[in-house]
Amino acid sequence: MRISPTKFISLLFLVLSVFYLYTAYNIQVFAFDENAPFNARTFPIYLGWAGIILSSLKIILPEKVTTEVNHKHLDYKSIIYLIIISLIYAAVILKIGYFISTSLFLFASYYFLGERRWGLMFILSFPFVAAFMYLLHGLLNIYLRDPFLKYIGVMG
Amino acid sequence: MIEGILIGLSTALSLTNILMVMVGCFAGTIIGMLPGLGPMTAIALMIPITYGFDPSTGLILMAGVYYGAVFGGSTSSILLNAPGIPGTVATAFDGYPMAQQGKAGKALAIAAYSSFAGGTISAIFLLVAAPSLSKVSLAFRSPDYFALMILGLTAISAFSSKGQFLKAMMMVVLGLMLATIGQDSLSDITRFTFNNMNLTDGISFVLIVMATFAMSEALTIIFRGKDPNRAAKQISLTELGSIKVNKEETIKMAKTIPRSSILGFLIGVLPGAGATIASFLAYGMERNYVNEEEKQKFGKGSVHGLSAPETANNAACSGSFVPLLTLGIPGSGTTAVMLGALLGFGIQPGPRLYQTNPEIFWSVIMSMYIGMVVLLILNLPLIPYIARILAVPRNYLIPLILFFSVTGIYLMSFNNFDIFLMIGIAVVATFLRLYDFPMPPLILAFVLGGLMEETLRRSLLISDGSPNFLWDRPITLIILLITVTIVGWQIFSTLRKKN
Repeated sequence: MRISPTKFISLLFLVLSVFYLYTAYNIQVFAFDENAPFNARTFPIYLGWAGIILSSLKIILPEKVTTEVNHKHLDYKSIIYLIIISLIYAAVILKIGYFISTSLFLFASYYFLGERRWGLMFILSFPFVAAFMYLLHGLLNIYLRDPFLKYIGVMG
Repeated sequence: MIEGILIGLSTALSLTNILMVMVGCFAGTIIGMLPGLGPMTAIALMIPITYGFDPSTGLILMAGVYYGAVFGGSTSSILLNAPGIPGTVATAFDGYPMAQQGKAGKALAIAAYSSFAGGTISAIFLLVAAPSLSKVSLAFRSPDYFALMILGLTAISAFSSKGQFLKAMMMVVLGLMLATIGQDSLSDITRFTFNNMNLTDGISFVLIVMATFAMSEALTIIFRGKDPNRAAKQISLTELGSIKVNKEETIKMAKTIPRSSILGFLIGVLPGAGATIASFLAYGMERNYVNEEEKQKFGKGSVHGLSAPETANNAACSGSFVPLLTLGIPGSGTTAVMLGALLGFGIQPGPRLYQTNPEIFWSVIMSMYIGMVVLLILNLPLIPYIARILAVPRNYLIPLILFFSVTGIYLMSFNNFDIFLMIGIAVVATFLRLYDFPMPPLILAFVLGGLMEETLRRSLLISDGSPNFLWDRPITLIILLITVTIVGWQIFSTLRKKN
């Protein structure tokens, strides 16, 4: 039996709702609040049930409007590269600082999306990020934490 | 009211705020013009920049971005037949054929004049309606607010679901679930944090908006990059033609603008409806109003067909501020983003905003009008140059959107857990979008989640746990009956499709 992607997503949502409801029932409330008309559990419990009912209806009822997606037209390679670069960027931003990590992130993203004009790629990464940082930190006075630039004395 | 207008004018006409309107309109036009990026993304990207401003200035910047993005959406509809936002889909019906006939400049000018007129008329309506509605809304109690939020969420699901109401309602529930993560506002008990300290304060609204709109829009553009149906059919951007509108065309616009403005404003006021519904309804209404000869021109470059949706979508933008400013309940995804930004500034919109922060209330209204004027005098002569932005390759555009999204979150918390969370939510949102699970209901639900729980708590405590509060007050009952009608209509239309 083939299950449509929409029904599969609804099934995942059903599982999420069941887990959410189970967690909601286990929220620790104060003893005096246990039998109150409303406590920290009430709203999440309603939501859990709403999620279960809606996702079950979506799974059970026949689909009137089907969403067709041609997977041959989806660019999985580029999106996976971009997500990996973004995750690396998130992992190193605190360690190597905003300026270097952001510039390298932009440079790598341009490269993986197929760009090969090295000069333009450089201008739109390192000098661009420097100008953006000057705009935020220097002109708009918005604090931008960068331990590396602070260490070498570029930023106060 | 005169005093309020003067307060608003004095705030909105300060040098900084005029500059912000200009920057907002310009930035909004550029972002809105890029296919796939709409006002919600544009405003979300602006939020980190507004951190350093006072609330009035921040809001004025966002209002400018909003109008600019709507206008920018029309530009890509007309030039590329690739609407930047759903609200400008109807603009492409007649705007793109006009551009193909070598009258792109004229089509852009008609769109700009119609947007200006629609925005101006509806700003006047807003000026009159908002204070009166503020007074009426003081009579609202917790059960009425709770019912109104249910209505807003149901309505946005009905209107944004493309016939898939259940999917939209699932997104509403998901948005509400995400809003319950963190400390309970009354008891401070932590919920759904799984002992992760980073989740104790809940998930930030900016993070959710950046993930579900800016970042997931960018990932979707890349993901669908090979789809031949999505490749933009580009007309020559160097030959836009004259932007002059002749007498006959002006007369046609003069007939269309008043009726489309009224319709657009009224639709915009309704929770959940907004610019998309307004533009389609105005297009349909206009087609019924014109004579047989004009009717034949619809879809082939009709001035009426272009002017009507453009007027209505801008009028609806002003209309959507009515529930936000008077009730504190956003009527659309975009105003939900603005509500989140307002809450970030420590301002609770609602009937009391008019009394407690009149300078914010009036300066937003006045800056909308100033925004319209700026759009017309700044953008119209710059159209040939702004249009070149459409030629920016996606290889540069996408990384820059991702960069702005990550920077926004980094500036807020200096914490990489939030960036990881944003990437995770953006990936899930990208797949959900692929299968037509709409994001605006999720955002609206996330923003309203806390308020909804609070009003339900008060209502249940007052009624001692009884559900009677749902029908005890006539206002609550009427609002809930409207909600039931919307749900009933959705079920009826689904069954009709089946037959």
